[in-house]
Amino acid sequence: MVLFGYGNPSRGDDALGPRLLDQAVAWLQAHPGLPVTPVADFQLQIEHAEDLRDQDLALFLDADATCPPPFTFRRVQPSRDSSYTTHELSPGAVLQVYEQITGSPAPSSFVLSVRGAAFELGEPLSAPAEAHLEAAWSLLEALLGAPSLEAWTTLLPAVE
Amino acid sequence: MSHDLEAAAHPQDLRRVVIEPVTRVEGHGKITLLLDGQNRVHQVRLHIVEFRGFEKFIQGRPYWEVPVLVQRLCGICPVSHHLAAAKAVDMLVGARTLTPPAEKLRRLLHFGQTLQSHALHFFHLASPDLLFGFDSEVERRNIVGVIASHPDLALQGVKLRKFGQEVIRHITGKRVHGTAAVPGGMNKALKAAERDELRAGIAQMVAWSQSAVALSREVFTASAHSADFGVFPSNHLGLVGAGGELDLYDGGLRALDAGGGTIFDHVDYTHYNRYIREEVKSWSYMKFPFIISKGFEEGWYRVGPLARLNICDRIPTPLAEAERQDFRAAAGGGLQHATLAYHWARMIEMLHAAETIEQLLEDPDLLSTDLVTRGARVLEGVGVVEAPRGTLFHHYKVNENDVVEKANLIVSTTNNNQAMNEAVRQVAARYLDGRKLTEGLLNHLEVAVRAYDPCLSCATHALGRMPLEVSLLAADGELLDRLTRSAEGQLVRPTP
Repeated sequence: MVLFGYGNPSRGDDALGPRLLDQAVAWLQAHPGLPVTPVADFQLQIEHAEDLRDQDLALFLDADATCPPPFTFRRVQPSRDSSYTTHELSPGAVLQVYEQITGSPAPSSFVLSVRGAAFELGEPLSAPAEAHLEAAWSLLEALLGAPSLEAWTTLLPAVE
Repeated sequence: MSHDLEAAAHPQDLRRVVIEPVTRVEGHGKITLLLDGQNRVHQVRLHIVEFRGFEKFIQGRPYWEVPVLVQRLCGICPVSHHLAAAKAVDMLVGARTLTPPAEKLRRLLHFGQTLQSHALHFFHLASPDLLFGFDSEVERRNIVGVIASHPDLALQGVKLRKFGQEVIRHITGKRVHGTAAVPGGMNKALKAAERDELRAGIAQMVAWSQSAVALSREVFTASAHSADFGVFPSNHLGLVGAGGELDLYDGGLRALDAGGGTIFDHVDYTHYNRYIREEVKSWSYMKFPFIISKGFEEGWYRVGPLARLNICDRIPTPLAEAERQDFRAAAGGGLQHATLAYHWARMIEMLHAAETIEQLLEDPDLLSTDLVTRGARVLEGVGVVEAPRGTLFHHYKVNENDVVEKANLIVSTTNNNQAMNEAVRQVAARYLDGRKLTEGLLNHLEVAVRAYDPCLSCATHALGRMPLEVSLLAADGELLDRLTRSAEGQLVRPTP
């Protein structure tokens, strides 16, 4: 399983993805033996398709300025979308790149989007984002404890 | 050098078209056009909403934190900010000359960044326009379209990016947010196993880079656009080595005028502000730098791959040097002024980066632990590197308590501000004037901007997800027409 946490840690609530990833890494150290590869970055790019090789499950952790608070958890499929219009790709576009450069189906993938509001350089997490982080961590801990497509799929309806 | 179309004589009588945001550039930019009833272009401006919090972000911090801190300014070129800041901090600790192992590690890091950044731009951001045409179907004009029609090329782009990231990861310990440069040197040597892993892959990167140069040359020479798309005379500025060679990490400042004449040469970059000044215009958030001796109107210049290949006397790696000679020959021996030549120049630099990485990986100094030096402390430091997009200046003043009191950054995109404006004006006059606007025509303006690969430190990816929206307004503000690009990439003209 590969776990992507992305965003700029110094831009306010954009740190939500990396912060969740940090908590996950600490949790994994306390629970050794789980085959999880953490990947931190500022944004998703074409080379992240390479991180999907030999994985059967992927989870993308990200801040989101528009999702319902405190977070959303959803399945994501390979897709052509408009994310090419920036220097960063969406999770679906990364999956699409993977399928096209490998000719193989992308791993089953999910997105955990945490609601953020303020993204100014040099600012800490906002108070609402701190609360959203705590709520999202509860779900992420459950996901890490049962890293399988079947288990994660059962969690979808409960939180959507 | 013309400023035609910068300001219309009677703007109140004209229609206003806004392209916002400019796509496939880092950050948020918009282009405004003022047109009359016959679609004649009267004014064109590129506005870039530059984030102005750099200096505040840095002020008040101990100087030794700065090289790490500034990586957070930009998700696209954090290593360039890291190294420019490190060079300024070296000066603060009296260590402007590093130990050879430390300098070689920094160069390796810098070339890893250059390789991955240039690969991203050419294969991901620019190739859709170059391979499919500026007004091809918008659905194909993206990286996914490139992958579908040129699968080998797309895979090479991904692998080149990945290799550059691996160079960075091995030196800094992480893909992002790592540490490498410290005041007066580097914090760790490369391990033999890390070096050997990179050695195993570098020959392929050199070969793919050669192919990319060939493709970019072919696209430029075959394109009907090359001779008249964003072609305008300008000054060119960048660093060169002591022998006039291309040097992306260190050297003196050289500026040439449009005819190739020397404006200044081998200038100690710590004195940059005796030669360059920034000017403000009322309509833009971003400043306009210019060469003081040429004056504000005539002193603006270009930086980045095109400028660097124009000003250097040679490239110190053989394959890239042979390509440089072809590049210069194509310009008839003079300077190359075509905006689209940026892509060709960028790929020659990518080849140079790959060759240099290959050379450095054979150098035993990379494993040496003689990594830090110090000298007499001073309170002011300047660091300059040639970042992928152009010359990058970091300038700090610290107090007796080692805290940064003043910071000044001139980023590559700011250096190219006037040049990008000239490019969109020239393209608007050549391709849009008097014609009915279409998405394909408007994309011509974006192609001109994208050639410079502007980067605005907007690592907050959440802010970059707006679809393209073009609004045509009457002089009184009435909405006359609107074209939007949906989240799925479809062009829609909403019903009123």
